Amino acid sequence: MSEIVASAVGMTRRFGANTAVDALDLTVPKGVVYGLLGPNGSGKTTAMRMLTGLLTPSDGHAEVLGTRLPGNAEALKRRIGYMTQGFTYYRDLTVLENLRFIAEIHDLPARRKRQRIDALLESYELRAQAGRLAGALSGGQRQRLALAATVIHEPELLFLDEPTSAVDPETRRGFWERLFDLVELGTTMIVSTHLMDEAERCHRIAILDRGRKCADGTPPELMEKAEGRVVEVAGDDLRRIGRELAGHPDIASVAQIGTLLRVLVAEATTEAEAVVAQALRGHPELSLRAVRPNLEDVFVLATHGGAG
Amino acid sequence: MISARRTMAILRKELLQLRRDRLTFGMIVMIPLIQLVLFGYAINTEIRHIPAAVVDQSNTSLSLALTQMVEATQVVRFEQRFVTVEEAERAIVRAEVRAAFIIPRDIDDRLVRSAAIFGSRAPPAQGETARPVAQWIADGSDTLVAGAIRSLRLMPLGELFREPTNAPAPTFEVTLFYNPEQRTVVNIVPGLVGVILTMTMIMFTGAAIVRESERGNMEMLITTPIRPLELMIGKIIPYIGIGLVQVVIILGLGAVLFSVRIAGSLGTLLLVTLLFIFASLSLGLVLSTVAKNQLQAMQMTIFILLPSILLSGFMFPYEGMPRGAQLIADLLPATHFMRVIRGVVLRDADVADLGPDAAWLLGFAVLGLIVAALRFRKRLD
Repeated sequence: MSEIVASAVGMTRRFGANTAVDALDLTVPKGVVYGLLGPNGSGKTTAMRMLTGLLTPSDGHAEVLGTRLPGNAEALKRRIGYMTQGFTYYRDLTVLENLRFIAEIHDLPARRKRQRIDALLESYELRAQAGRLAGALSGGQRQRLALAATVIHEPELLFLDEPTSAVDPETRRGFWERLFDLVELGTTMIVSTHLMDEAERCHRIAILDRGRKCADGTPPELMEKAEGRVVEVAGDDLRRIGRELAGHPDIASVAQIGTLLRVLVAEATTEAEAVVAQALRGHPELSLRAVRPNLEDVFVLATHGGAG
Repeated sequence: MISARRTMAILRKELLQLRRDRLTFGMIVMIPLIQLVLFGYAINTEIRHIPAAVVDQSNTSLSLALTQMVEATQVVRFEQRFVTVEEAERAIVRAEVRAAFIIPRDIDDRLVRSAAIFGSRAPPAQGETARPVAQWIADGSDTLVAGAIRSLRLMPLGELFREPTNAPAPTFEVTLFYNPEQRTVVNIVPGLVGVILTMTMIMFTGAAIVRESERGNMEMLITTPIRPLELMIGKIIPYIGIGLVQVVIILGLGAVLFSVRIAGSLGTLLLVTLLFIFASLSLGLVLSTVAKNQLQAMQMTIFILLPSILLSGFMFPYEGMPRGAQLIADLLPATHFMRVIRGVVLRDADVADLGPDAAWLLGFAVLGLIVAALRFRKRLD
């Protein structure tokens, strides 16, 4: 097992009567991209804020880069970077002014500051926009600026809160290329997301639902665990068939994907096809096929379909 | 331990943002400019030409001459004439006039017996002493108007009979220092420095921290190594400069437009003004750590601003207020500054003369800054 960069034990955060994060255990090894996958309101942002020292856990504790939390998080702030969900740099400053400001706040010496800004403008393709106000940038450019500003002090551990929820797939691809460039340099990342294609890019993920962790592992591991639970149904009148299946006790979830019905069975079995066929015995005209689960199936099974 | 580098970074950022915020930039110049011109011309506690009515029940040449003499004082202007007192009272109710001058039927008789004209030479009346020659009824709800009408009570009338006006020798000799012409504006201009600085300084910094939170920038800032005190100091320094610009505008225009010259030394003036700016800014920062959004910050600014105008001595003398109100006024930086700035601008007082007030301002400023820095948490909970 490689070096552990961040871990949490029973980390809990309550806001009044509402428990946002419930007894979360996490282990993040060095040099990985660790995804927190969950729907909106599942506690991803709260978990991140506790790990960055912005929120105090109501219960449990965490250890990030050797610093125990709750505790004095100030020294930690020089070693981590936190890219928040919205754009939190200054829209009324230019790209260059934003980068200079952040570099100075992080106490980079003058020479180092110039080098870093120059390198970041180059690698994040912002040189042409250097003199433009951040508020006037496109979504993708603003995203690149935010990442550049977040990594200006070369943090060892990077927190990214839904980094590409608001940008198009092309921009997302480019953004993830940059993240893997950083991983190559030894940076560890904790990324929250509700997007499957983003989660698939992570080395390891933890699935969160209503503040609880439902499953964790590498995406292939998780998909393997869901093996034998996915059946595709083809035929006519799928909406009606879908409604028929929805209430069935053996069926965890039904979703129409184009011309196919994707059916998840409640219990893992080698005979998933037979289970679905049994449920659909009144419709011999339908064709059934067991298929490999994808991450979305894992997610749906973990958050709605009982034990994952 | 404060990093000058990080403080400078905040300072530079504030200046850049300020430069791009045209409206705020305009307000910095326009607020003192417009308010000085407006209040300098408008506020006047010496009342002239109060609209009045005359009820002349005698209609003699003497009553006519008396009316003209009263109007010649410029205290009142007779705008209406009525036959009966009731009509005049109704005109007061309708606020068409503020006072009525009632000349009785026997005005001639009263005048010749008046001690006000003939003194002891007045012909003795048969079985009665001299009576007042006429009567004023006035709307006394505004004490300034009432006072002006009252000032007519002992008006000399000797001229009416070409008698020499032998004004009695005064009991006391009064010499008015610093504002011998008794122009209200002399007191208003330095006071306006305090009012305008209270308004702009508290308003700008009151919004300063809140704005970072509202726009989400605070979430980013608190994940950096910035220290609360660095943030506070970096944020207030630009406004110190702005405050000084406003002082120059007010006192400069005050000298040009209203001939209110600065009697004291510019060094002392700079020192006390800096103290007050510093105190107001740190008060603004404290408000900024309490307010949840810019609207709340604005409401709190007004909560401070109103007593700073009404209780500080700007409008009404501090000495005239009851003890309790004075204690409240003493909590406001503006009260101390009113005394100090009027001292420097009008009376050439130096720092030693104003020591306690200056020290109070300094203490308030330092305390405010510390409270603001302590209240500011680099946490979201």
